[in-house]
Amino acid sequence: MPSPDLQESLQKIRPTLLRFAMLQLRNEAAAEDVVQETLLAALEGKSAFSGRSQLKTWAVSILRNKIVDHLRRGSREGTLPIVDEQGDEDFDALFDGTGHWQEAPGDWGDPAVVLEQRGFYEVLELCMKALPENVARVFTMREVLGFETEEICKELKMSSSNCWVVLYRARMRLRECLQLRWFGAR
Amino acid sequence: MKSCREVHRLVIEAQDRKLGFAERLSMRVHLILCATCRRFDAQMDLLRQALRRFPGD
Repeated sequence: MPSPDLQESLQKIRPTLLRFAMLQLRNEAAAEDVVQETLLAALEGKSAFSGRSQLKTWAVSILRNKIVDHLRRGSREGTLPIVDEQGDEDFDALFDGTGHWQEAPGDWGDPAVVLEQRGFYEVLELCMKALPENVARVFTMREVLGFETEEICKELKMSSSNCWVVLYRARMRLRECLQLRWFGAR
Repeated sequence: MKSCREVHRLVIEAQDRKLGFAERLSMRVHLILCATCRRFDAQMDLLRQALRRFPGD
């Protein structure tokens, strides 16, 4: 029998896990499924958790694998939406005719300090949610789940130029959003 | 020397693929000389570090 302590601790982090899954799957039923699988795996594999890492870190690492499995299944079944091929002309406005910055990027400071600031991850999550679904899917596979770019293109059956444009767009959108809602607002 | 516009592309591309030697060199030289693009490079670096630790503590 799993210890009641572990069950209770896992229940406590369930909302965090669900948010994490929603961000990447954008589908409530699918997110519920992978979180449920994660909680079960965590309870079954509790011997693997010996307090070496934080419970949340451990559960998130299980969840990542479940999400990866889910995405792989999805790409095999061809249920992944296709990302439309578009240029990145929308960011041309960042530069003037001679290739200089219209508005110089701001100094965001020391990552070690910023990432510890309270509220930063809430804002980052907000910005991730604001990404279009298809863009978010490719981007979270790359940055949150840690896939190699080539792997993503292959899994999602995208051309590498399309893949690249999507990743580029995601990074620029997130940058703008963080500048507006976090760095510029402080 | 490459323009800031060209270098910002290389900075971003470097996040997703291994740059060739000439690309890397021209990017590095530009970054040494251009504080504005260095800040952009630092922003991309922060973004990556933040996401690798998502959902934070």
